[in-house]
Amino acid sequence: MKPFSGFALFRQGLRGQRGWTPQWRAAEPKPAYDAVIVGGGGHGLGTAYYLAREHGMRNIAVLEKGWIGGGNTGRNTTIIRSNYLFAESAALYDHALKLWEGLSQELNYNMMFSQRGVMMLAHTVHDMQVAQRHVHANRAAGVDNEWLTPGQARAFCPPLNIGDIRYPVLGAALQRRGGTARHDAVAWGYARGADALGVDIIENCEVTGIRSGPGGAVEAVDTTRGRIRTPRVGVVAAGNTSVVMKMAGVALPLESYPLQALVSEPVKPVFPCVVMSNTIHAYISQSDKGELVIGAGTDAYTSYTQRGALHIPSHALEAICELFPMFRRLKMLRNWGGIVDVTPDRSPIIARTPVPGLYVNCGWGTGGFKATPGSAHVFAWTIAHDEPHPINAPFTLERFRDGNLIDEAAAAAVAH
Amino acid sequence: MLLIQCPYCGERPEPEFAYGGQAHIARPAQPAQTSPQEWTAFLYLRNNTRGVHAERWRHTRGCGRFFNALRDTTTDRFLATYKVGEQPPVDGADA
Repeated sequence: MKPFSGFALFRQGLRGQRGWTPQWRAAEPKPAYDAVIVGGGGHGLGTAYYLAREHGMRNIAVLEKGWIGGGNTGRNTTIIRSNYLFAESAALYDHALKLWEGLSQELNYNMMFSQRGVMMLAHTVHDMQVAQRHVHANRAAGVDNEWLTPGQARAFCPPLNIGDIRYPVLGAALQRRGGTARHDAVAWGYARGADALGVDIIENCEVTGIRSGPGGAVEAVDTTRGRIRTPRVGVVAAGNTSVVMKMAGVALPLESYPLQALVSEPVKPVFPCVVMSNTIHAYISQSDKGELVIGAGTDAYTSYTQRGALHIPSHALEAICELFPMFRRLKMLRNWGGIVDVTPDRSPIIARTPVPGLYVNCGWGTGGFKATPGSAHVFAWTIAHDEPHPINAPFTLERFRDGNLIDEAAAAAVAH
Repeated sequence: MLLIQCPYCGERPEPEFAYGGQAHIARPAQPAQTSPQEWTAFLYLRNNTRGVHAERWRHTRGCGRFFNALRDTTTDRFLATYKVGEQPPVDGADA
């Protein structure tokens, strides 16, 4: 792997940019691996990277049915924050946030990580109580979060209309360490890093079966490119997790919904931060390319189509136009959907399964991007040690049976 | 936006309806004798079918009644809608 540097860029500039090489090999599947990761999104590629770098497992493969980063990794709104209510969640998401802070340097890959601040608006008395409870819980847990008055919110984000709207802004919670990152770069950076450590990244390779031996433990996966023997399988398949896990006879508390997002035509830098409103349901930031990146809600019904109905983004745009009148004449450029796997408590599952050697990392619902490095890091630990890292120990499959829910669904209601 | 055939009112646009999740989930008949695993299955585990899915809808902004539907989750096309208490009219549904 040739390291990227200012000098390398300068040298390539003199040579007409013709010296760049592919950033990872187009690997052919081998007959056997020490571990196989199913799903080549950010979480899966990151898992392979940390398995190789921190746990010395170099003989591993990432199987991706399409192309890497072509699923939810390339479809999210790139928002990063860790201001979750419960201690378990705050620990998990803040673990991720701390890894984000050093990720570009660690991977020698520009994640375009920008801690521009995530501001969550309150529009009702109930909103204010919930948001202030979040602020206090976060500060007690060592996670930064602060309460802003409407005037302070407007000073932090000048385009914001706090006054003459149906639901005026009564205050806001601001996490200054939150922000955005380039979503594609996360997949590419982890792929490049994992590949350099010997991991095989195999695209266009769909898993069609998971085989267990006489003792019940995982022995192999069947794929569209042949059978691959392996004693450990980590499934990180987002919206298709239920489908993959059914191959091993494991039923999960998941439902897959379309989640939509859209971007505007690109404009000059006008929007300094990330703003989210749960009550009127919209969230928005501006990419470095200049497009406003706007998140809408999930459609009402389960689906695998990667598209949804127009009334969902239209609802989000109505909220955006209320909050930011200057965007009313902007045209929207693209609109798409991704399939998100939602758990009953809106917290992920990062755990062993009843099948020995089979591990699952799923249930990130509508907000998995922000957790990518942390999720991958603790999932790699779980696979390597056959037991959870202390940070993901509460995020088991058994918590639903035992009643130990981490109920962020009740805590935030929407928009994770 | 989906067009949904309410068995009582006819074809109406999706915003008139509320989604009710997987259909044909029966509450355990003997709660005291039901194991934690069975409660987990009843409360939380779902087929999350990729294909023909039997599901409940409620015509909240119309007649207000619940009914069942078969929908292909890979195309979002409805195969059939039918009344509560009836069996799926199409074979192959993962009910």
